[in-house]
Amino acid sequence: MAAESSDSEEEDLVSYGSALQPLEEGERIKKPVPLQEQTVKDAKGRYQRFHGAFTGGFSAGYFNTVGTKEGWTPSAFVSSRQKRADRTILGPEDFMDEEDLSEFGIAPKDITTTDDFASKAKDRIKEKARQIAGVVAPIPGTTAFDDLIGPSKITIGVELLRKMGWKEGQGIGPRVKRKPCRQKPDPTVKIYGCALPPGLSEGSEDEEDEYQPENVTFAPKDVMPVDLTPKENVHGLGYKGLDPSQALFGASGREHLNLFTGGSEETSNLLGDLRHSKGRKLGITGQAFGVGALEEEDDDIYATDTLSKYDTVLKDEEPGDGLYGWTAPKQYKSKRRPEGEIKYVGKVLAGFSLASKSSAPIKIYPPPSLPRNYRPVHHFRPVIIAGNENCHLQKALEESTGKLESDPTHQSRHALNAAQRRQQLGETELKGPAPSILEYLSEKDRERLKEVKQASEQQMKAKIVSQQSPNSRFQAASPEDATHKWRMQLGGQLVNAGSSDFKPFAKNPEKQKRYENFVRSLKQGEKGETLERFLDPNMSEWERGREHEEFFRAAIFYRSSNSTLSSRFTRAKYEDDVDKVEVPRDQENDIDDKETAVKMKMFGKLTRDKFEWHPDKLLCKRFNVRDPYPDSSVVGLPKVKRDKYSVFNFLTVPEPTTSLTQATNEKIQESSSLNKPSKKSSRWDVSDKEKEKKDSISEFISLARSKADAQQQPPVPATEKCGTGTTETLPTVVTDEDKNQEEESRRPPMDLFKAIFVSSSDEKSSSSEEESDEEQQPATSERESETTKQADISDNSSSNLQGRSVTATTDSGISSLPTSKQEDATEEFGPKLPPAFSSGRFCKHLGRKEKHRKIRERHKTKKERKRKKEKKKKHKKQKNKGKHKNKKSEKDSSSDTTDSSDSLSDMDTTGLSPKELLRR
Amino acid sequence: MAFPRPRPARPELPRQRVQTLQCGQGAVRAARFNADGNYCLTCGSDKTLKLWNPHKGTALRTYQGHGYEVLDAAGSFDNSQICSGGADKSVALWDVTTGQVVRKYRGHAGKVNCVQFNQEATVIVSGSIDSTVRCWDCRSRRPDPIQVLDEAKDGISSVKLSAHEILTGSVDGRVRRYDLCTGQLYSDYIGSPITSVCFSKDGQCVLAASLDSTLRLLDKDTGELLGEYTGHRSTTYRLDCVLNEQDTHVGCASEDGHVYFWDLVEGSLALSLPVGQGVVQSLAFHPRLPCLLVATQGQVTLWREDTFQPEGDPS
Repeated sequence: MAAESSDSEEEDLVSYGSALQPLEEGERIKKPVPLQEQTVKDAKGRYQRFHGAFTGGFSAGYFNTVGTKEGWTPSAFVSSRQKRADRTILGPEDFMDEEDLSEFGIAPKDITTTDDFASKAKDRIKEKARQIAGVVAPIPGTTAFDDLIGPSKITIGVELLRKMGWKEGQGIGPRVKRKPCRQKPDPTVKIYGCALPPGLSEGSEDEEDEYQPENVTFAPKDVMPVDLTPKENVHGLGYKGLDPSQALFGASGREHLNLFTGGSEETSNLLGDLRHSKGRKLGITGQAFGVGALEEEDDDIYATDTLSKYDTVLKDEEPGDGLYGWTAPKQYKSKRRPEGEIKYVGKVLAGFSLASKSSAPIKIYPPPSLPRNYRPVHHFRPVIIAGNENCHLQKALEESTGKLESDPTHQSRHALNAAQRRQQLGETELKGPAPSILEYLSEKDRERLKEVKQASEQQMKAKIVSQQSPNSRFQAASPEDATHKWRMQLGGQLVNAGSSDFKPFAKNPEKQKRYENFVRSLKQGEKGETLERFLDPNMSEWERGREHEEFFRAAIFYRSSNSTLSSRFTRAKYEDDVDKVEVPRDQENDIDDKETAVKMKMFGKLTRDKFEWHPDKLLCKRFNVRDPYPDSSVVGLPKVKRDKYSVFNFLTVPEPTTSLTQATNEKIQESSSLNKPSKKSSRWDVSDKEKEKKDSISEFISLARSKADAQQQPPVPATEKCGTGTTETLPTVVTDEDKNQEEESRRPPMDLFKAIFVSSSDEKSSSSEEESDEEQQPATSERESETTKQADISDNSSSNLQGRSVTATTDSGISSLPTSKQEDATEEFGPKLPPAFSSGRFCKHLGRKEKHRKIRERHKTKKERKRKKEKKKKHKKQKNKGKHKNKKSEKDSSSDTTDSSDSLSDMDTTGLSPKELLRR
Repeated sequence: MAFPRPRPARPELPRQRVQTLQCGQGAVRAARFNADGNYCLTCGSDKTLKLWNPHKGTALRTYQGHGYEVLDAAGSFDNSQICSGGADKSVALWDVTTGQVVRKYRGHAGKVNCVQFNQEATVIVSGSIDSTVRCWDCRSRRPDPIQVLDEAKDGISSVKLSAHEILTGSVDGRVRRYDLCTGQLYSDYIGSPITSVCFSKDGQCVLAASLDSTLRLLDKDTGELLGEYTGHRSTTYRLDCVLNEQDTHVGCASEDGHVYFWDLVEGSLALSLPVGQGVVQSLAFHPRLPCLLVATQGQVTLWREDTFQPEGDPS
């Protein structure tokens, strides 16, 4: 609309659809209602209501009630003389809603075509019936007029199909090209099973002969629906029973039908149907009495059914088809079948055809022929218990049953072992670990063993026979007999009895030797007497007997366990070396000399360890770094295998160290550190140095350092020991820990201690005795006395530490804690975390608590330190002893964390000049 | 930034307190600048991690998800992720905007003392008191570390990363430097338990603070001692040391409530900054400005140079 108004001059414009309403100023575009919120309403705006009360549904009546908003109001009956109340007859419509009366309701008020007036074109059967009726009717052709005025009521599906181009009588589907020449089915083709009858499968053939031009397509054939009436009776398939009309009218009816089928095939399909149904109609409607107009031949319709038409005598052959009213299809009636064929009497079901070949006769298997002497009576044999003493009875019984057990080798199946069973069953041997040593022997050896075995068995048998003499009963306990007994038990398997690794008498080598000889001879099948000679001749008879028996037992025991166990285990595929362990190839070597280096501030080569380290490939990737070892699969430090139980894995063996002279270096550093903090002009004040800022720091520093070194380069000789550092207070008297720590960091030089403690030997505590060991040790340095003094000092400091730990609970004016609370301190390794609030600025009590904890921790660390100290001393003791032993110093291997206090204890290793250190 | 490059004259040190953040998360275990220094992270002992704008003094976000004290944190180069390690033995990777834990890496046997991102934030390196350094992969979903560096004999107190190096300081008194480029491990013996290590900005020196109240500056390549700085007190706690933005000064926290700054070359004490009464727990120096972040007790203070004017106090 808007377009039209705006473009009024362009009249030839064509506009489709309706334009949208123009938006007004300030009006918001309405959002479309989403689908889930859209509701359906009926014409009157009622919510979700499609049905009237009678048609049901979820909303019937007035909100699911009958009546109106006010409810159901009964109408009052009013009648007066002037105005009579007429009787109202209420129909169902009076109770209906308007929805029920609408187009889709139960009683639509719209005018529609009823079935009576509907177009019957779609119903072929009805149409046919109607046409037949028209033909048969007294005035034929009347029904033709019906079609002229017939209103059409066709379903929507048919209408749609029609609009798509479908015409009645056609099939549905795409148009097809018909083949110009239809192949006739080959008569020689055998059809098995359910083949369609030829007429049905190929459609009607009468349309085939037409000329069919190219590119002409045809609608597909209409498909007649399959009759799917269920079988409701209990008759056989296809049975129809006696047709009363046929039976009643008898041969005349049959002849009549035969006439029709034989003659007028050219009549229309329509009439064929009619004729077929005519016989039925004869008796019922009476319409067809007399001869119809289209029938050529008059029928003897007035003939009565006489008994002469019935057979009274059974005959062999019937002249007719012998069906007598069986309603077989016509083609079977008419066609004669070839002789010899099994005739199928009855109607063949639609879709089935008779088999042309008879099926093969069922093979019958006769029952087995019984043997001649078979008696169908079973006798139970009496059971003979094996252990029955009465062998005579047993024999008698066996004889009576006629089945003497002649085969002695036939044993009970439970007596067989797996191998025997396998042999009987003919199975192949399982692949697995060889059950005995025999398997490993060569063929020749096995042969030899077998021979030996047989020989021994024969010997044994002979022996037994010879000993079946009267004295056998009394000699039962003799060792010789025992030998045989054992031998019998051992059998040939004794050859497996190992010689090498089983040593039951390893404790007694003599006995073990005897045992080995015994076993060897036993294997070779020697007799008891010869076995005897391996026993100790010095023994008494009884002892010998015992040992004999013992050896036998041992041999048996070994054999059995060997063979049974060997079958259950397999060999290890990989040799596991149990006594190897992986340890890092390189280890950070001992820290003692490092510590001295640190003390001398000789950082660099001395304190540095350099290892080959393999980063993970992925780590290199993530860091965008080329893998330094692209070929190696090692990650981390490369490892080597060492002996697991080697002590050297756990001890890092240090190089022998000599006592060092450190005092001079100490002195240098001390003096330099004393010099440094002195206030001098900052480098930032110097303007000419500003250029150097661009340089790297290391260069800068080395420059500065060289300068500083030049200042204090003359190394202070040892002679001016006592010169410096006297202002420092003595660390022994200081109880405050923190102060002490500070003082440890900048301790006075050794000379000071020396000056003080050179004469005071009473300071030595009990722990200094091991230090005295060190005194005796010949030091490589020339100044032995100095080392002892140093030892004194270190000892002193350790005693200081102890003293400190005692006093720490009371320091800095904080109330001491009960020592029992020390245990509940949580795990603390390394530097601790600072307390949250130490001075109580935020909350007093919390701070106090924290302080307590802090103290506790401090206390604890001190204790630990003390413990460490003691440990260290112990180490030292051992060390010194070791030194005494082999004049070789062995460093202790403890690589524990070194506190600042540890440095004190390591004073004994001082005394080496830095040059010496560097040379190493 | 618009700040002009400082004249070759004397570099400024932070001497003026310009902000105080009352963190309200217990003791602040660590305060860290982000990559560009505009924001900072504070790790609280109340299991939280907080993101601040320290220059304005505004708290931006709280990250909750640790099971115990948070001991260290670091931000990624693009400010999109945070990693943190805590006393719950886990390392967490956070998304900055959502505040959710993206991943949690478990595997340490003890408290995680220190965490660091690598340059591209693809690896988190964490050090723990279980004496291992673990390198966790942020890219894949594998739960175990890429590599475990277990050479230390005692707890790891500090970890720093450069482009291709991992620097660790351990309580066993050694500073170890793992060079991925050359495939070498350099182990420098200091003796005293190391509390903190850091690289210098030029990447040629290593600064190590130890429990003998000494800071040592070592040459990275040779391990030689370049400088030694004393005067503060550090005997018990794990305290941080820093280098300033131009590598001219070294700084260290102290247990006496001060922050000390020394001239790097001369070794002379340049500044002693009184922060508070308690132990100064953590230090962080701005990457480009003379700006220092100091955590003590429950608060974090921001210090600037003397000439700094808090421009109009925008907030």
